[in-house]
Amino acid sequence: MDIMNIIVCVLLFSGLFFLTGGAVGILRFPDFYSRLHPAGKLDTLGSLLAMTAFVIFNLHHFSIGALLTSLKILLIVVFIFLASPTATHGIVDAGVRAGLAPWTKGEKRR
Amino acid sequence: MDKQEEEELGHDHNTSKAENPDQGSGRRKNFGPYMVTFFIMFGVWVVLSGKFDPFHLSLGIVSCAIVTYLSADLLRPSMRGLLIMLFRWVPYLLWLIKEIFKANLHVTYLVFHPRMMDLIDPRIVKFRSNLEGDLALVTFANSITLTPGTITVNVSPDGDFKVHAIDKASGEPLPGEMEARVAKAFGESDG
Repeated sequence: MDIMNIIVCVLLFSGLFFLTGGAVGILRFPDFYSRLHPAGKLDTLGSLLAMTAFVIFNLHHFSIGALLTSLKILLIVVFIFLASPTATHGIVDAGVRAGLAPWTKGEKRR
Repeated sequence: MDKQEEEELGHDHNTSKAENPDQGSGRRKNFGPYMVTFFIMFGVWVVLSGKFDPFHLSLGIVSCAIVTYLSADLLRPSMRGLLIMLFRWVPYLLWLIKEIFKANLHVTYLVFHPRMMDLIDPRIVKFRSNLEGDLALVTFANSITLTPGTITVNVSPDGDFKVHAIDKASGEPLPGEMEARVAKAFGESDG
């Protein structure tokens, strides 16, 4: 029980760490394309870790209802993993189609 | 009740075999895949509904059967294909999660680094992939996007990739090991 709590806390806080990194990255990176790197992907791993923590925490007191809830949370993870890269790619593609040139080293910050 | 219905349907096709032999045998051969689709959908139904009384279960059976029938032309997994996929995909997914973790740490390091502007060096990397199947290309493209530091900008049907990389280290290993592993997961590796 205690070990379970420690595992849940570690997973939750590392998930929060990556989510914070994503938010800070959006503010710090210089242009549209590089901002999508933290926005689209640090979030994915952050939510994977946080959701895993929820699943484990939820199974503390085992019952059919708790198992069903955990399975639903796992479904959320699966859909995030399918949708997030696709959406990121879609946004980047829209930027390229609109003719926005990527920032390169030495240019001024946008 | 629905099993009966489906069997009747199959029986109908068998009797009309004389008029339309190709279609009849095709339908008959691909009966198993329908059951695979049906059971996957029914599993999702049970998880999402969470009720085990006969009323809700029978509702699930009826709607899953209808959806299986309607999407018969769209989805046809085979039992053998599914098993092979499972054996090839699980190692690939584990490896991918490990890579995602490593690459995430790298991008987080960049994000929190005080001299971040000196470290990053965005560039567009172009390369040609030897993968052939559509699904393999999509998986490869999505895997590239999932590993931080790289986003797939564009893929042509022939396998020309344009990838936006955040710095030199992120873009360098492409296509490399990941392509080889995707090829293995889809059975396309040639040695």
